[in-house]
Amino acid sequence: MSARAGRLGLEVGVTALIFAAIWLFTTSSDSYLVVALPDMLSRFREVWLFDRVGSDLVPSLVRMTYGYVTAVVVGVVVGVAIGLMPLLRALTHPLISFMRAVPPIALLPPAIIVLGLGNSMRVFIIAFVCVWPVLLNAADGTAELNKTLTDTARVYGLSIGQRLRFVILPAASPRIFAGMRTSLSFAVLLLVTSEWIASTNGVGSFLIQAQQTFRITDMWAAIILLGLLGYSLNQVFSLVERRVLRWHLRSTATSA
Amino acid sequence: MSVLDVAKAPAGRLSAWRSAARVPLVRRPGGRTLLGVIGSLGALALWELAVAVGVLPAQDVPPASEVLSELVRLLGESAFWNAVWRTLAGAAVGLGIAIAVGVPIGMLMGTSRLVHHALRPTVEFLRPVPGVALIPLAVLIWGQSVRAVWALVAFACVWPMLVQALYGAQGVDEVARDTARSFRLTRADRVRWLLIPSALPYIATGIRISASMALIVAVSVELLTGAPGLGSSIVRAQEATRFTEMYALIVASGILGIAINLAFGRAERYFLRWHQSQRPGEEA
Repeated sequence: MSARAGRLGLEVGVTALIFAAIWLFTTSSDSYLVVALPDMLSRFREVWLFDRVGSDLVPSLVRMTYGYVTAVVVGVVVGVAIGLMPLLRALTHPLISFMRAVPPIALLPPAIIVLGLGNSMRVFIIAFVCVWPVLLNAADGTAELNKTLTDTARVYGLSIGQRLRFVILPAASPRIFAGMRTSLSFAVLLLVTSEWIASTNGVGSFLIQAQQTFRITDMWAAIILLGLLGYSLNQVFSLVERRVLRWHLRSTATSA
Repeated sequence: MSVLDVAKAPAGRLSAWRSAARVPLVRRPGGRTLLGVIGSLGALALWELAVAVGVLPAQDVPPASEVLSELVRLLGESAFWNAVWRTLAGAAVGLGIAIAVGVPIGMLMGTSRLVHHALRPTVEFLRPVPGVALIPLAVLIWGQSVRAVWALVAFACVWPMLVQALYGAQGVDEVARDTARSFRLTRADRVRWLLIPSALPYIATGIRISASMALIVAVSVELLTGAPGLGSSIVRAQEATRFTEMYALIVASGILGIAINLAFGRAERYFLRWHQSQRPGEEA
């Protein structure tokens, strides 16, 4: 019990020390880029609690959600289909690996040329970039299913629907979640950068406008917001992952 | 490969041919590569067709044949290789910084519970921070300099390096650790013969994961800040409406990404061939 209290004290204490060091650094620095931490935080409160939430944060999150959810659905459906067909998988494998390897942001210029600067371009580019990690992992996860598992399912005469529901999707889900995690970071990346060009609202647009007009405190407020956004998205994702993969984690924990 | 097998087959060539023909192409050695080539050619043909028929607007998307011949032309240009070199160098320096910072901290956190608990909340909070949020700041500090690339690549790659080194240091076999202790190995010897060898496979995996990420981040930062390299070449081609060149550069960056994945995968297997995780037939 006291050991646990000691650990907690250590975690809180050292973190507080690091925080204090940053505070001290920001208040004593002469650089125009460094803003005192209290000013940063009060600006953050003014801007993001909750003045610009409706006008900037919500539009950004809506775009990201549409793009990301589309990518996950398409990636899982197409990926599992490819994984079930060895011939199709062999045919498409180099293409999918290539699309997965292209730096996501490199696709932004062509997306702007073809689709213009509207909202649909921003949703499309997020979906397009996020689909490949999910697709690749869903295909690999499905194709590398345990042979005993699939044979057993066949011997018991499971229909394709039942096999998908009870065998394939659960067995491939750890891989699918790994792909979804990569895609989530791509989504945040494109959410921010797709708003840097000719966007009137959104977190990314706020950030870049603050930087270009040297509103340094606003820029820091946006950086803090994006940090918190990344942190909370990660927490929510881990929560969902633990829920969905609870059986998997439990089985690996007992076998280890 | 299958032809060779047939030639080597001792009994009845004809029956060997027959059995080879019965094996589907997917399962035959080399068959997957062949199918991959066929599939890629098919995708290029589809692209060509889509532009010719007008599904893709020809003024925005050039046909595949033009992009490929443009790529071939670029391969003869020193400016292209210069951009590739700058991108690779920027990614490599950033990755080097990430390894130099992430591995020692990760190993410290993995060996000492004190350090682990002291740093855990800070690491857990900073790790998911999207590096892209820091690009505007990096531009104000370094402008279009390669330093912005170094800093952001390092920020992106330091977390996988740190976490892998942490797992690696925690993964030291307990029997080996007790053995080392009972033989009274010094602290330095334990680090050299116990900690580093057992952490290396994890660190190698971290480097492989980080290497492809380093390339992605380097190209992205160049593209967004204008620091010289493949990314800024893409933007310049776009701004000059040389769209064919732009697509050729994007294709080149994808090929570079695949090459890095393959190279680091191979290197990992080669350098860690002494480790059991890399030997065939054994579970890692």
